[in-house]
Amino acid sequence: MIERWQKWRHDRRAVWATYIALAVLLAALPFLTGEVLGRGWVRILDFTLLYVMLALGLNIVVGYAGLLDLGYIAFYAVGAYVYALLASPHFGLHLPFWALLPIGAGIAAVFGILLGAPTLRLRGDYLAIVTLGFGEIIRIFLNNLNAPVNITNGPQGVNLIDPIAFGGFSFSQTHTLFGLSFPGIYTYYYLFLALALLIIFVSLRLQNSRIGRAWVAIREDEVAAEAMGINTRNIKLLAFAMGASFAGISGGLFAGFQGFISPESFNLFESIIVLCMIVLGGMGNIAGVILGAVLLTIFPEALRYIGELQNYLFGRILADPADLRMLIFGLALVLIMIFRPAGLLPSVRRRQEFGSDASVLAQEQASLYDARR
Amino acid sequence: MDILTQQLINGLVLGSIYALVALGYTMVYGILELINFAHGEVTMFGAMISLAVIGAFTANGAEVNGLVIVAIGLLAAIAVCVALGFLIERVAYRPLRRAPRLAALITAIGMSIVLQNLAMLIWGKQYISFPPLLPLTSFEVGGAVITNLQIFIVTLSCLLMAGLLLLIKRTRLGRAMRATAQAQDIAGLMGININTIISLTFMIGAALAAIAGVMVSAYYGLAHYHMGFMLGLKAFTAAVLGGIGNVAGAMLGGLLLGLIESLGAGYIGTLTGGFLGSHYQDVFAFFVLILVLVFRPSGLLGERVVERA
Repeated sequence: MIERWQKWRHDRRAVWATYIALAVLLAALPFLTGEVLGRGWVRILDFTLLYVMLALGLNIVVGYAGLLDLGYIAFYAVGAYVYALLASPHFGLHLPFWALLPIGAGIAAVFGILLGAPTLRLRGDYLAIVTLGFGEIIRIFLNNLNAPVNITNGPQGVNLIDPIAFGGFSFSQTHTLFGLSFPGIYTYYYLFLALALLIIFVSLRLQNSRIGRAWVAIREDEVAAEAMGINTRNIKLLAFAMGASFAGISGGLFAGFQGFISPESFNLFESIIVLCMIVLGGMGNIAGVILGAVLLTIFPEALRYIGELQNYLFGRILADPADLRMLIFGLALVLIMIFRPAGLLPSVRRRQEFGSDASVLAQEQASLYDARR
Repeated sequence: MDILTQQLINGLVLGSIYALVALGYTMVYGILELINFAHGEVTMFGAMISLAVIGAFTANGAEVNGLVIVAIGLLAAIAVCVALGFLIERVAYRPLRRAPRLAALITAIGMSIVLQNLAMLIWGKQYISFPPLLPLTSFEVGGAVITNLQIFIVTLSCLLMAGLLLLIKRTRLGRAMRATAQAQDIAGLMGININTIISLTFMIGAALAAIAGVMVSAYYGLAHYHMGFMLGLKAFTAAVLGGIGNVAGAMLGGLLLGLIESLGAGYIGTLTGGFLGSHYQDVFAFFVLILVLVFRPSGLLGERVVERA
């Protein structure tokens, strides 16, 4: 099985064929889901892509640099609020989309550094609780900054946010191209897909760059990394800023897509879920993180069908599906971690740490040598 | 002046509850280096169980003294929570003892979600009120009002904490716990049954959490399936503030956090000239936490983390 996989991996035509098939699938996905599962699921697809971006951002902080961040959703909130305040009737500002996204990412990155700077000396769980506190502080401020000066509109949130538009092209309207009709949620899907692919590309390039390797070095042993001449302070701050900027982009898209945001969307539970995505999928491994994000967004939604399943099995609804689904979700988290403690798709390095069977290791090494040809 | 005394009293009561919950976090952390995220939910279960038992008694119109009913509720809560603590460790943490710490953190989060939703399924989403069984009397101390319940909560917490300190410092079991915390494998070689010790640690923490849960619901007169989350968060903050893994630190951190919160809520308005209201109570707590950790990265009483060579 593994040998066949290896052989297949080195067959260029097969690899290209897979890429093309994947591209076609991703392009057709909204239409397929729309037909089979209904429009509601296309919306969920859009959200899945937002979460993929978020998870990849957190993966830089936690997965690469090993800095446990439990307040990550704060940066998502910052991105969303920057977009909402600069493009809504709330302040009467309507900045164009091409300006909003970089501003949101930039301000989120500044917040990342603001969080990172005082926490440089902290490690492990102390860092976790400080980031958690930071996330809560941001949320509480968003919740209460409606008096004495109304900045965030408090618990009511910001309404009537401008939909994302590029030039004259609004993503929220239905467009027709080649006789195919693209409703708003479909065009948003393509926009989010493009940005998610961009973020995946950046993550991939970072992984094996000088900076990426510095992050891994800090994660493995900070003292040794410093001794090797890595400026740990700047590199850690960079990890916070990079991760935050991804969240800022994702948050801005969320605000434009949703048209409405309130502090309630940015609670601690959201931070925890994003963390679950990357740990469950396989920390530090981009494919794993994407898988985790996709699974953890889709699985709770799929669990909404539990009511119908109960009807089918028992002829009636025994327990309210809305109540039951989070219970099952929690159980699934526990079970996956017990049976796959390194995540579903662990990175090569983590798999080695877990002393996986020798054949897999030999395979990895073989492919490493192959790459040097 | 009387406002200050009143806020100090409220802070002390709140702080002693935080301290009891924080002890559970810190003991588990000391031994397993694991943030037991489900601990807040154990507290919530304590409150819920006691209310269910108390509710069953009062519904039958039994002619029993109110205090006896509350005591029975408390005992039932302790029993169930101890079982729960044992079960959580057994099911969710023991299989992952050699796994990376983040994996265990995720199972802890998973357990917390499970317990919370289980409570919602059993007791529903509405607030459950604590029946007026306790004969409340209040006293005036220096212009502030203090109730007998508040005195009872602070006294019982202090007794429990003193008992726990004695247990850890003076008994064989305590010595075994400290040894396990220091070096698990070597403690095992010395003839300590690690699994038993870890189970017992979870159970002691859960018993304290159950008592704290009953105290919270009696003090505020309410219980809710979601109450464990914020309470657990605050208690964990308190544990970190004092230096996580350090039992005395958890007590100090809990009391401090309670005082900071109630003083902060009372004075933040006047301090900032009315710019920030008492909604910012939580900000105050977290802000102080961040400040403390910036200057003492391992908490108030925590040992300095030795840099790895």
